[in-house]
Amino acid sequence: MNTIKTKLRLYFPLIKSLQTALLMVTGLAGYMSARCPITTRPTMLGLALSLFLTISGSTILNMWYDRDIDAKMARTAKRPLPSGKIEPNQALRVGLIISIVGVAIGVAMDALYGLIIFGGIFIDVVIYTIWLKRKTAWSIVWGGISGGMPILAGRALGIGTVDWIGIALLFAILFWIPTHILTFSIRYRKDYQSAGVPTFPSTYGEKVTQMIIAISSVLAATVIGIAAYGIGTEWGFLRLMAVLSLGLLSLAIASVIKPSETVNFGLFKYASLYMLSAMILLMF
Amino acid sequence: MKKISILDRILLLITGLLAAYQIVVGMKNAGTLAISAYTVAFGVLLVAGLLIIILGFDVLDSPLVVIVSTIIPLSLSLGLVSQYLPSWQAAYIIFVVVGFLLVVYSRYKMEGAMAVIPLASVHGIAGMTIFLLPIIFSIQGKAANGFFWVGIGGALIGIGGLLLAFLKSGKAILSKKTILTVLPGLLLLMAAAFMVGFAA
Repeated sequence: MNTIKTKLRLYFPLIKSLQTALLMVTGLAGYMSARCPITTRPTMLGLALSLFLTISGSTILNMWYDRDIDAKMARTAKRPLPSGKIEPNQALRVGLIISIVGVAIGVAMDALYGLIIFGGIFIDVVIYTIWLKRKTAWSIVWGGISGGMPILAGRALGIGTVDWIGIALLFAILFWIPTHILTFSIRYRKDYQSAGVPTFPSTYGEKVTQMIIAISSVLAATVIGIAAYGIGTEWGFLRLMAVLSLGLLSLAIASVIKPSETVNFGLFKYASLYMLSAMILLMF
Repeated sequence: MKKISILDRILLLITGLLAAYQIVVGMKNAGTLAISAYTVAFGVLLVAGLLIIILGFDVLDSPLVVIVSTIIPLSLSLGLVSQYLPSWQAAYIIFVVVGFLLVVYSRYKMEGAMAVIPLASVHGIAGMTIFLLPIIFSIQGKAANGFFWVGIGGALIGIGGLLLAFLKSGKAILSKKTILTVLPGLLLLMAAAFMVGFAA
C-alpha cells in the first residue's frame, strides 16, 4: 500500500494536474455545448476518464522525452525524471499504457471521438515535442492544435460529427495558447535559452512576442465569442463572456504599451482563468 | 503595501461571482442603454476584483486605478438615470462623457487641489445619484420596496471610490493599510446590496 502511495506521489507531478484539469474542462465543455443538460452519466464518466488518461499519458510521454532539457532549467530540474526519482523506462511504459488505455476507451465510446483524441496525442508527443520543439519557436502552433483536440473531440462526441462550431472552438484554444505559453516563455526566457529551446522571445524579441500575444488574445476572444453565439449561448452569458474578454484584451494591450513583469504575470494567470470561465459559460 | 490574505481573496472572489451573476441575469425592465451601462459597471468590478486576486493590492499602485474607480459609479448611475429618469438621459450621458474625460485629464495634466476638484465632483454627483435615486423611488412607490438596497450599495461604493481616489491623489482620508483592510469587505457588501436591490 505504501509503495503505491509513494509511486502515486512521484507520478503526480508528471501529469501537470492544473494543465490536465483545464484541458479536461475544455473537452467536457465541448461535449456539453451539444448535450446540456447532461442526461447520459456513463458517457460523461467515459469522456472524463478517457480525457484524463490521454492528456495525462501524453504529458508523461512529453516529460520522458524532455527530461534532458528539464535537467538544464532551474524551474524544472527538480521534476521526478530529471532528478532521477523515477526511472525513464518506467515512466515511458506508464505513459504509453495510460495513453493506449485512454484512446481505447475513447474508440470504444465512439470511433470519431477516439480518432480525434489519438490525433491530439500524436500531434502533441510526436510532432510538437519530439519533432519541432527543439527546432523552431513556431512549434507552439502544433502545441496549440493538440491543445484544441479535447474540445473538438468532446463536441464531436456530443453531435456525432465535426461541425464548424467544433473547428471554431479548436481555433479558440489555438489562439489562446500563445497568450498562455508566450507569457510563460517571457517569464522564463533565460531558462529556455540555457536549455537551447527556441522560443519567440529569444528568436524575435520581447516586443514582437508581446504583439503576438495581444493579437492572439483578440483572435481567441473573437473566435470563442462567435462559437458561443453559434452554440446558442444566452445573451446574459454572452455579456459575461464579452466582459471577461475585454479584461483579457486590456491586459494584452497593457503588456504591449507598458510591458512589465507584473503585467506579464497577470496576463498569464488571467488567461488561464479566462479560459476556464469561458469553458464553464459554454456549458450553459 | 499590505499583503493580500486568503480571506481577502475569498471576499473578492465572492464579490466577483455576485458581479458575474448580475451581468448574466441583467435587470428587470431595463432598456439596452441601461443594461449596457450596468454591464460596464459590474464588468469593471468583476475584472478589477480578479486582478486584485491575481496580482495582490500592488495593482492599486497603478495610476489607472483612479480612472477605473470612476467608471463604476458613472456607468451605474447612467444605468439608473436611463431606466428611471429617461427624460434626463441625454443630459446625463453628456455629464458622464465630460466628467470621465475631465477625470482622465486631471490625472495626467493637473496637480494638487486642482486635480481633486473634478474627481470629487464627478464621484459626488454619480454617488449621490446612485444613493438617492433608488431610495426616493422606493419611498414614492415608483420602484419595488427592496430597491432602496441599490442606494445602500451606492453609499458603499461612494465610500470605497472616494477612499481610493483620495488615496491615489495623495490626500488620503484613512491610512493606506486601513483602506486595504476594509476594501474587500466593502466591495462584497456593496455587490450584495446591489444584487438584493436589483432583484427586488
